[in-house]
Amino acid sequence: MVTNITNFGRSGLSDWLVQRVSAIILALYTLFIVAYLLLNPGLDYATWSGLFAQTWMRIFSLLAFVSIAAHAWIGLWTVTTDYLKPTGLRVGIQTFIILAIFVFLVWGIQILWGA
Amino acid sequence: MSTLQVSIYRYNPETDSAPYMQEFQVDTQGRDLMVLDVLHLMKEQDNGLAYRRSCREGVCGSDGMNMNGKNGLACITPLSEVVKKGKLVLRPLPGLPVIRDLVVDMGLFYKQYERIQPYLQNDTPAPAIERLQSPEERDKLDGLYECILCACCSTACPSFWWNPDKFVGPAGLLQAYRFLADSRDTATRERLTELEDPFSVFRCRGIMNCVAVCPKGLNPTRAIGKIREMLLANAT
Amino acid sequence: MSNMRSLSFDAIIIGGGGSGLRAALELAKSGKKTAVLSKVFPTRSHTVSAQGGITCAIASADPEDDWRWHMYDTVKGGDYIADQDAAEYMCSEGPKAVFELEHMGLPFSRFDNGRIYQRPFGGQSKNFGEGGQAARTCAAADRTGHALLHTLYQNNLKNNTTFLNEWYAVDLVKNANGDVVGCIAMDIETGEVVHVKSKATVLATGGAGRIYASTTNALINTGDGIGMALRAGFPMQDMEMWQFHPTGIYGAGTLVTEGCRGEGGYLVNKDGERFMERYAPNAKDLAGRDVVARSMVMEILEGRGCGEQGDHVFLKLDHLGEEVLGKRLPGIVELSKTFAHVDPAKEPIPVVPTCHYMMGGIPTNVHGQAIMQDADGNDQVVGGLFACGEAACVSVHGANRLGGNSLLDLVVFGRAAGMFIEGALNEGIDYLEASESDIESAMKRMTRWNESGEGETVPELKRELQSIMQNSFGVFREEANMQKGVKQLAELRERIAKAHLPDKSNAFNTARVEALELDNLMEVAEATAIAALDRKESRGAHSRYDYPDRDDVNWLKHSLYFPTEKRVGKRDVNFAPRTVDTFEPKVRTY
Repeated sequence: MVTNITNFGRSGLSDWLVQRVSAIILALYTLFIVAYLLLNPGLDYATWSGLFAQTWMRIFSLLAFVSIAAHAWIGLWTVTTDYLKPTGLRVGIQTFIILAIFVFLVWGIQILWGA
Repeated sequence: MSTLQVSIYRYNPETDSAPYMQEFQVDTQGRDLMVLDVLHLMKEQDNGLAYRRSCREGVCGSDGMNMNGKNGLACITPLSEVVKKGKLVLRPLPGLPVIRDLVVDMGLFYKQYERIQPYLQNDTPAPAIERLQSPEERDKLDGLYECILCACCSTACPSFWWNPDKFVGPAGLLQAYRFLADSRDTATRERLTELEDPFSVFRCRGIMNCVAVCPKGLNPTRAIGKIREMLLANAT
Repeated sequence: MSNMRSLSFDAIIIGGGGSGLRAALELAKSGKKTAVLSKVFPTRSHTVSAQGGITCAIASADPEDDWRWHMYDTVKGGDYIADQDAAEYMCSEGPKAVFELEHMGLPFSRFDNGRIYQRPFGGQSKNFGEGGQAARTCAAADRTGHALLHTLYQNNLKNNTTFLNEWYAVDLVKNANGDVVGCIAMDIETGEVVHVKSKATVLATGGAGRIYASTTNALINTGDGIGMALRAGFPMQDMEMWQFHPTGIYGAGTLVTEGCRGEGGYLVNKDGERFMERYAPNAKDLAGRDVVARSMVMEILEGRGCGEQGDHVFLKLDHLGEEVLGKRLPGIVELSKTFAHVDPAKEPIPVVPTCHYMMGGIPTNVHGQAIMQDADGNDQVVGGLFACGEAACVSVHGANRLGGNSLLDLVVFGRAAGMFIEGALNEGIDYLEASESDIESAMKRMTRWNESGEGETVPELKRELQSIMQNSFGVFREEANMQKGVKQLAELRERIAKAHLPDKSNAFNTARVEALELDNLMEVAEATAIAALDRKESRGAHSRYDYPDRDDVNWLKHSLYFPTEKRVGKRDVNFAPRTVDTFEPKVRTY
């Protein structure tokens, strides 16, 4: 078994599963948004804001945000371990990616539930 | 008319500071030779040309190499199958350190094979005769046990190129599944535990280069899929 | 020489094929410091090419099967110069050795009841030849050798055997007392030459089919162990006995298993006639290999050969159907398509008798101890030297080996040698010392090649050697032609002694290995030629136009070739099995 500490789950299986489940959620979310936009041609701010005022939509969106965060982390972690061989550079970039994802996630939550 | 233009990768660590491509003209007398026969003819021109070979019939796995861009066994690859525009380019298997000419250091490849514990494990006392196995159970080993460890697949795999020390690679995983699939093996759980990390199995991206080049027509990608299924079944 | 590195082992096994790996496994399990030294990665050894199976009375296909019947077949197949104590040991210990392989994981094919699949092979009978064809060859499809070799390698990994892979043994080191105390070996990757000291040295170097121009053998089968033993002055037994396999693919020489005929295939001549019915009315295509090979050559010589040149016959398999071919003979389908451009499900495969197996070799007892003769003609054990597998002549194959018996020979006698050495080591043996001059004499030929200035090169000389052997020592032999061959070989030896190695680099120098191999081919060829000329009878694989009959009065003996004087002597065949009655020589018909 190959041990690795920067991979949070430390299990390839859970990474693999998370990647697939998150992909499905993101696909559904994307389909929903596209369909919604197509069905509401003259979309105005009030309708759009109304959609996001509903609790189920907030939960669905949060789910999509968490999914995109997990998906991006696992994907980019893989890419950095493939291509970035110098340890310092790799850890640096990985740290940057983690922070960025964290910031985007918190920001996203703030937008959803914020005033 | 029957002269073949061969361009071959040369490197002798004692005399060359860097590898280079050397051109050979080989007289095939119009015959559809195997690539290995062509190498023999070249070695008669240049005694120092180094490559591995043994059985010359595709079962020992010695002469895996890269022929016009595709990995395969020189001894069972006829010129008609590989030569393009009268030209043949021969290189060592990609991704492994070159010792000399077409001879690569297969150490990492063998290490990954050894890592999957490629031997039957059974903790029950052996009977006085053989362990019984139904033909159906035995059929599950077909397409797995035939691997000849030529390394054509693993050295065609980008995931193995990037992480040859961590990703088991298609050849090793095919053998991992050969023992997982054997009804006589009792170490299934331990074997799966050894494989569930993010690298050993899960670096496979399913691009199927291994399937495209396997000279024995085996399908490591399918075996890797089966291992994933077993890991999932074991953990959920 | 003092700057040469040395390595020490309890036992060094030279050769990583079936017998070497089996011996190593036994020793590694016992915790002895064991190393396998092999010029190729072990799974590239020629055992990997064995197809049809391993013959053994495990009573699977027939619950009544008896190892004594197998022993009878083996002795008869060997035309009565197989040692009966050795054949008894192999056939009776065989089932144990085969079950061990199965327990190690060998993926045998299976019958519906879950037992190991067995198929009929040539020369097999029930009830001492009275009960018809037996099915006694245990098979893993038609890849039994591959499955066996990989299984043995895997189990050596499990038991932490030390491997010196891609090392080439140059010569044995023999001390003043005549004992073998190790060898000189070269790490091919770096070119470093090392003195390997060992309490026991096992030659498991396999055959030497490459002395012939046309052979089923791998390119690496150059008789390295035989060459080393001959240069060290040890005698060779029955070197005239070379098996020509009936079905080598015409042109390519690659093997098509006897299992094809076991599964129901048969040979036809250009008229489509199943000619084996004439030569062997009972066993037909499953007669002994020597019988089938000779019959094929007779058909060709009498103008009934196939093809434009009329120089081969056909092996017909299409009537078996694609399902049987795919299930039981998948490797043959592949090989035929690749090397004969023929799909056996539709067309017959062109085949011709092709050199396949060396029945002779280093004479040993059943423990693998090498034997020599003292001045009075009595057997004497060589200190420190062991042999097993094709390199050895125990002798279980006599004048003709039965199909499927070579894999059994490998595992039974590899195991036996391992067990015996383990016991001997437990009793305590010390390293025997070699002097500087002992080592220097083992380095002699290596030094010769390294200092060669100019002369003929290796490939040309090798081709000549192979053509001499092919022309003068083939399926049928005859005095004048063999004498010519012996003379040509003597001349060739002079030329090889002056030959030139242009490339003297160190890193993975395959040209140097091929030069060293040429010396060994020369030794084997000469021993074969001189022994063949000497045996004035026809027996098993040794067939002479000028002496067409078996001569039990003068030749119910092993031949023993002494390299120092290039003389052929005789050695008694063992007719004293321990638990069964002796099988007396009878006329051999199938």
